[in-house]
Amino acid sequence: MFEASELNIRNRKVQRLFRILFLLMTLLLILPVAIILAILTWKGSSVINLSFLFTSPTEGMTAGGIFPALIGTIWLVSVALLFSVPLGVAAAVYLSEYARDNWFTRTINLAIINLAGVPSIVHALFGVGAFVLFFKFGTCILAASLTLGIMTLPVVIVSTWNALQAVPMAFREACWNMGATKWQTIRRIVLPNSISGILTGIILMVSQTAGETAPIMFTGAAFFLPHLPHSVFDQTMALSLHLFVLATQVPGVPEDLPYGVAFVLIALVMVMNSLSIAFRVYLRGKKKW
Amino acid sequence: MIAGIEPVNAVETIGLNLWYGTFQALMDVNIRVKKGIITSLIGPSGCGKSTLLRSINRINERLGYVRVEGAIRVLEENIYAGDVEPVQLRKQVGMVFQRPNPLPLSIRENVLFGHGIHTPASGKISRAEADGIVEKALRQVLLWDKVKDRLKKKATSLSLEEQQKLCIARLLPVQPQVLLMDEPCSALDPKGTEAVEELLWDLRGQFTILIVTHNMAQARRASDECAFMLMGELIEHETTEEIFVTPRNPKTADYIEGRYG
Repeated sequence: MFEASELNIRNRKVQRLFRILFLLMTLLLILPVAIILAILTWKGSSVINLSFLFTSPTEGMTAGGIFPALIGTIWLVSVALLFSVPLGVAAAVYLSEYARDNWFTRTINLAIINLAGVPSIVHALFGVGAFVLFFKFGTCILAASLTLGIMTLPVVIVSTWNALQAVPMAFREACWNMGATKWQTIRRIVLPNSISGILTGIILMVSQTAGETAPIMFTGAAFFLPHLPHSVFDQTMALSLHLFVLATQVPGVPEDLPYGVAFVLIALVMVMNSLSIAFRVYLRGKKKW
Repeated sequence: MIAGIEPVNAVETIGLNLWYGTFQALMDVNIRVKKGIITSLIGPSGCGKSTLLRSINRINERLGYVRVEGAIRVLEENIYAGDVEPVQLRKQVGMVFQRPNPLPLSIRENVLFGHGIHTPASGKISRAEADGIVEKALRQVLLWDKVKDRLKKKATSLSLEEQQKLCIARLLPVQPQVLLMDEPCSALDPKGTEAVEELLWDLRGQFTILIVTHNMAQARRASDECAFMLMGELIEHETTEEIFVTPRNPKTADYIEGRYG
């Protein structure tokens, strides 16, 4: 009575086939990441040591270290964060908590989506036009970071908006009905309970910013500088551009050198991500619902 | 309000009409809710009882498409007058929801939240004063003995019944006059319902309580007066006993006997 019929057996076979197919697709996703990391570690590890990290390039970039580029990337990312995090979070709070659904809000949302779709080289040209030339910052960290900041704004806005929307409406209603203003509600309930989600957006942004090359190429990153930047109005070297230069622009670079730079760049991003993830986990532990 | 004379009606609506966009949810509602007693609002889903409740603390206004005509007087003052500050109104008129919605804070912080909102940053109170406020409010809702040893615990660690009591407790430190309750027991089990009803009787006299309920047995048990609404209109408003024993309007009788609902 309960034996499997022909049809049952065939259906089960098909089901198994699809299960395996989807599993393979998923594994395929991990593969490139694993291969990239493996190659970088394998080829890059030979050049990485303390003096590689803490000295300048020498002999026409074919020897020496990457210290100015490493510091430069930290500068660029930090200044971009200082710009895009407050701006992006504020915009997301407005859109999520204050704005009513009308043509104005819809236009802004459309603009954000479009901003996310603009290619990075176009952002670079915008950066040159706006920050380097119009505001007369010249090519410097400030111009490059502002360009990076604008490019990553959509990431910050969208992820912050999602984090804010994840806070249950019932909390807001409880506050409003007690006579809390919108700001009191945001300040005391909504932001503290969405901070871990907001940090996720910032993590994404940090990774993207550290790796971008095109937007900083014409706005503030230099081919080679013997010294470190002193302020945001100086030019700087950057890991991503340095990698590009070593890989394509300079003859006679030892084969392992670019791999070493790439390894440091990825490691830097991973360290920053881990710190933020640790912080997120800590905050999530304090969540009270 | 004229000093010295106690108003008889805590809430009074005069020719109240309310529209959500083009849909009229309240039609010429005239109700007088007497001070210090429990009044229940009954009626089938969509009859406008929650809408009426939400008009009394003007929380409906947050939806941009709501339009109101007529007047609502709370403690003898027209709450739609130009100089009325909604924040002050909501301090006097507390709201309790269907689903307990304690804030994602500790029990103690939940009780102090409303107080904090209505206190200027310069007027911070001492720890001892805060402790006093917390204890008083939790005692008023018969929760103190259960939670006094875990005030720092998350409010969501409480049972639903306790959460709902906490949601009532957090309104009390700002000394409201009117408590609006939108089906406060519908998420609770029978035991929790009984406990909250008991609490309502306990609070009766100190506060004017207006409670929306689907549960007719509850309206009968837990209110002094009862108002029946249907399709946005107030059909009948009498003492609870009269409504349930000798309803005047046949529509009321039909609803109470369960012919529709």
